[in-house]
Amino acid sequence: MVFPVSRPFRRSARNPLLGLLTLVVFAFLYLPIAVLILYSFNREGVGGFPPRHFTLDWYRQLFTDAAIWDSVLNSLLVAFAAVVLSLTLGLLAALALDRADFPGKSIFRRLVLLPLILPGIITGLSLLMFAVFAGLELSLLTVFLGHGTALISVATTELFAGLQKMDRTQEEASLDLGATPFQTFCRVTLPNLKLSLIAAGLLIFTLSMDEIAVSFFLIGRDNTLPLEIWARLRRGITPEINAVSTLIFFISVILILIWYRIRARTIGKEAQELLERP
Amino acid sequence: MYSRAYKSIISLPPLLWVGLLLLLPYGLMFAHSFWLVRDGFLVHEWNLQNYARLFHNPVYLEVLFRTMRIAAGVTLLSLLLGYPLAYYMSFEAGVRKELLYQLVIVPLWVSYLVRGYAWKTILGSDGVLNGFLQYLHVTKEPVSFFLYSPFAVVLMLTHIYTPFVFLPLYASLEHIPRNLIEASEDLGASPRTTFFRVILPLSLPGLLAGATFAFVLTLGDFLGPLLVGGPSSIMIANIVQSLFGTAYDWPLGSAISVCILLLTISLLFLTERLEKRWSFR
Repeated sequence: MVFPVSRPFRRSARNPLLGLLTLVVFAFLYLPIAVLILYSFNREGVGGFPPRHFTLDWYRQLFTDAAIWDSVLNSLLVAFAAVVLSLTLGLLAALALDRADFPGKSIFRRLVLLPLILPGIITGLSLLMFAVFAGLELSLLTVFLGHGTALISVATTELFAGLQKMDRTQEEASLDLGATPFQTFCRVTLPNLKLSLIAAGLLIFTLSMDEIAVSFFLIGRDNTLPLEIWARLRRGITPEINAVSTLIFFISVILILIWYRIRARTIGKEAQELLERP
Repeated sequence: MYSRAYKSIISLPPLLWVGLLLLLPYGLMFAHSFWLVRDGFLVHEWNLQNYARLFHNPVYLEVLFRTMRIAAGVTLLSLLLGYPLAYYMSFEAGVRKELLYQLVIVPLWVSYLVRGYAWKTILGSDGVLNGFLQYLHVTKEPVSFFLYSPFAVVLMLTHIYTPFVFLPLYASLEHIPRNLIEASEDLGASPRTTFFRVILPLSLPGLLAGATFAFVLTLGDFLGPLLVGGPSSIMIANIVQSLFGTAYDWPLGSAISVCILLLTISLLFLTERLEKRWSFR
């Protein structure tokens, strides 16, 4: 794979110190996670050095922990619903930003993207006030509304990038040949955006499964997985939390890598500035 | 090419949704900041009392300044780590570029909680770092200053936001036309001069964008201090959180939130202006 912006290029002098520094930064990024994973297999629990006895007991304990699995189920429910909601509205928003003109369009664009850069506590609390205002009881429903709404930002950026890459002539041809806009949307626009939709859906799913700052203020009686972990942390560190964190890490990595590969294929490298400014 | 009906069908639902679930909630927060709590009940009486309390009570200002110090620390550290990383990948990584890029993207999106928790297990008084130091006989007793200090919060948040800082930095380095650097070297500038006179100035927009991300995201963080910080590193968002929880003073909490919101938006606005001015395209 080739980055279009940089052509073959050699600096006259390479700095060995820079390579070393890069290594240090990668170590800083990955060592904590490596330690987390290592200690999920340590019989004596978290802490103490070196870890002496290998065991799978913490994973066994995790798999029989009903409360954790209930919370996983809740998280899955919220995440799937949030994916559907944010993809639907994000797709429409991306289409609107791409091809409709209306007053306040630039404000709308900034507003949609705001939850991406705004601290989660602001989004969470304002939605909490909305829930009280609308008479909604805090539950998984309010968490879903929070995730679905905040993640429209991600869906919109991803799908807008996909739309920009799309071949317009197909849509024009379809409309010229007498298809209705609805038919054109279903038979031309949607199939063209299929991969972008899948990629965005994967990223949104991962983000929703891992989300904690917004959920923190919108949660009712039923915990999502991150909040179940959070509640247990108050009682102290246990290797079981290491075990569940290890699983979360690997599942997230897999989903993110799939998302990244699809994205690199559909949108290309030059649109890699993922974090569009609101 | 598209009919009026088509345009309204695509734009109305997101407009309505965003109006109802983003604009209205932010508006409610704004409104709350002008109300007050009397005898444990919210009273819809318009006043400026919350903002007055905010600016007259030294505790809030002190915490706000501490938060900004922590945010500045995180910003500086993640720039110090993110810049060499971005530079190496843009100019020297060669064929490994793609792999290394993915290695940075992964921790960017992986669970905040998992990464924060990892730091908690490392820095704690019975944690891995203490075990390691005792194993090496550097210390005899567990040392507790790692955990529950502002330093621990800075370390953890730097870990979390370095990839955020890396992305715009890397993008801006990738956009520098390579012939400018070749020209500088052909004309006899040392690598050092080339860096300070050509590369660094041209990467300023990315640097600014990255710094803004790190600063703004730290400014509103409340989980870091709860995970690894302790009482000495309470940040402004922790105060908001307790005002919405046990302290039950939503109006005051809203007033602080509105301040964070305004600070964030004005920073974004300001840096966007600067980035536009500094970018060479």
